[in-house]
Amino acid sequence: MSSGIAAATPPSEKNPARESKRVRLLSRLRRSPLLRSAGLRFAVLYAIIFGLSALALAIFLWWATAGLLNRQVEAAINADAQGLGERYQEGGIPALILTIQDRLSQNIDENAIYLLVDAGFRPIAGNLDNWPKQVSASDSWFELLVKRGDHEALARIHRYDLPGGFHLLIGRDIGSRAKLRSLLTAGLLWAVLVMVVLGSAGALAIQSLFKRSLADVSATADAISRGDLSNRVRISGRGDEFDRLAETINDMLDRIARLMDGVRQVSNAIAHDLRTPITRARARLEDAALHARDASDLHAAVERATSDLDGIVSVFQGLLRIAEIEAGSRRSAFASLDLYELLSDLHELYGAAAEEQGQQIELLAKPPLPMFGDRDLLQQAVANLLENALKFSPPGKPILLAAERLGDRIEIVVADSGPGIPVEDRARVTERFYRGESARSTPGSGLGLSLVQAVVQLHNGGLRLEDNHPGVRAVLSLPAELSANRRLGKTERPNATKPVTPAPV
Amino acid sequence: MRILLVEDDRDVAGFVVKGLREANHVVEHAANGRDGLFMAASEQFDAIILDRMLPGGVDGLRLLETLRAQENTVPVLFLSALGQVDDRVKGLKAGGDDYLTKPFAFAELLARVEALTRRGKADSPVTRLAVGDLEMDLLSRSVKRAGQRIDLQPREYRLLEYLMRHAGQVVTRTMLLEGVWDYHFDPQTNVIDVHVSRLRQKVDKPFPKPLLHTVRNAGYIMRPDSEG
Repeated sequence: MSSGIAAATPPSEKNPARESKRVRLLSRLRRSPLLRSAGLRFAVLYAIIFGLSALALAIFLWWATAGLLNRQVEAAINADAQGLGERYQEGGIPALILTIQDRLSQNIDENAIYLLVDAGFRPIAGNLDNWPKQVSASDSWFELLVKRGDHEALARIHRYDLPGGFHLLIGRDIGSRAKLRSLLTAGLLWAVLVMVVLGSAGALAIQSLFKRSLADVSATADAISRGDLSNRVRISGRGDEFDRLAETINDMLDRIARLMDGVRQVSNAIAHDLRTPITRARARLEDAALHARDASDLHAAVERATSDLDGIVSVFQGLLRIAEIEAGSRRSAFASLDLYELLSDLHELYGAAAEEQGQQIELLAKPPLPMFGDRDLLQQAVANLLENALKFSPPGKPILLAAERLGDRIEIVVADSGPGIPVEDRARVTERFYRGESARSTPGSGLGLSLVQAVVQLHNGGLRLEDNHPGVRAVLSLPAELSANRRLGKTERPNATKPVTPAPV
Repeated sequence: MRILLVEDDRDVAGFVVKGLREANHVVEHAANGRDGLFMAASEQFDAIILDRMLPGGVDGLRLLETLRAQENTVPVLFLSALGQVDDRVKGLKAGGDDYLTKPFAFAELLARVEALTRRGKADSPVTRLAVGDLEMDLLSRSVKRAGQRIDLQPREYRLLEYLMRHAGQVVTRTMLLEGVWDYHFDPQTNVIDVHVSRLRQKVDKPFPKPLLHTVRNAGYIMRPDSEG
């Protein structure tokens, strides 16, 4: 989770010593648990972004208010200066003096400040008593305290130099405005403080949200690594990213649990279902060794034991085959195939056996039924269903083998009229070695439907066991090959979907 | 027939050697890959039965690849405990002609080895097969017995063709399932027997002497009765 800053930065080749020092520093930083918290990193990032935007807002506010006041004062002074300058152009110093006195007496702006002095800085006209000492450079702005009558006031003043050694000061008393400005500044500072507090609080909230959202995941993972596979990540129901993550993790856990169940089932199966026939074979051999009266007795016992062992071997191979299929390693053998051909071949193979038992298999399917899969495994899956049907269906009742394309899926149906599977057993019959009440007396390993289920799952399909009233209606729902036309177009013979495997002769 | 068995398990090897000798074959045995490769490369055999996992630094796959690299085309049957589909594919890709998974029935092994040696000989394309008075014309796809035409379904024709090509040899049910139907699984029911018995109805029943015989615990054999 903690993305390596040092690893992401390509090491500079020019300064290896400095670089290595930097890497050391960064790796030390990365080791620090605080910086390794993604929640904290997000929180800090949030605080920084929040702080920066708050600062930008404050600066804009200041510029729009206090700054505006300043600019207004300067604009007024400039306007004054322009007016006075025009008067001076018209009538020289006397006109200037007259205008200043006029303006003061009319009290146009009570904050206005004028002072005209001669070359010796003696006041000639205006409302300032004397030339402020701080005002030195010509044609520039000053902000200073001036004595106006009986009180001192903060003023913003501009100095103009006139020909003949005269100097003119034009200004405004900005005392009240300065008060406003300081109020504003204080307000903004408080606001910044509040923002810092809010930002930090927000950052902490984000961090704890993060922690809480991930705490569930990590608690679940912890519980599972301790061996409790039943734990699942809580889903808040908000449907957000964390919920989606939780769903993904839960799906993964379900799959792991299923696999673990499979392993447990297999070990149980080996313990029970293989032990029994092995015991039987062993007993037969030992019994023959102890009690066989002649060679033919012995011979018969050995033959029976051999066939017992063959049965064990076939169970073993069935188990291995299912494990192999469930591991998914056989997807490499997938190819385009036509299910119709596959089904009609099986119909032909098993049809004869059915007729021999007074049964009949009806094939209901229309070519083509293109799909992408493992031909051998699909054959075996359908064959297992047909064998079940043949085993349980009473004579005279037809067995149905049908296939139909439904949108992007192909459904294969094998239906018999046998005793059927009780509803409570349906979920369990695909478990390895599970045999329903009615099946216990018939020969079989209890692996047939497990293999069908494994094959169907390998092909991203589903197996449904329904009631055929009476009997079982097994439905394999498999994805059809949508791009079949394109694939077929590439081959030379348009009907060459079946992989051509020459029969060994 | 001269057969080389490369197998490190002494019990299995002893059992196979004994069985093959009882079936009138000459058998040499090598207990590791190195000896096996040496014998296979320096002597002439009609078939090799090869274990996959062998001691001595040379396993079955490498042994066979080395042989095939020397353009040695002797038929090879893998006899291995590695039974996954991938293992089988690997074995056949390396140049194996057949693959039998342990544990096995000796009858199956014998039938497959004998079928292999026959395959090695049939180089020139045949257009006619004959067993006793039964004749099959592979070009017109017609079958006659004692001059009498026999009508067969396509699958029955292929079944009969397979049996006639292996005339005089035992053919197991698994071999028929693989060779005629191209199925690679063990059906729990007697599907093959039913098809063979149907074929028998057409080929043997109307005639005085049967050609297609059942071999107990093994499979079927097609041969003129006089040879039996």
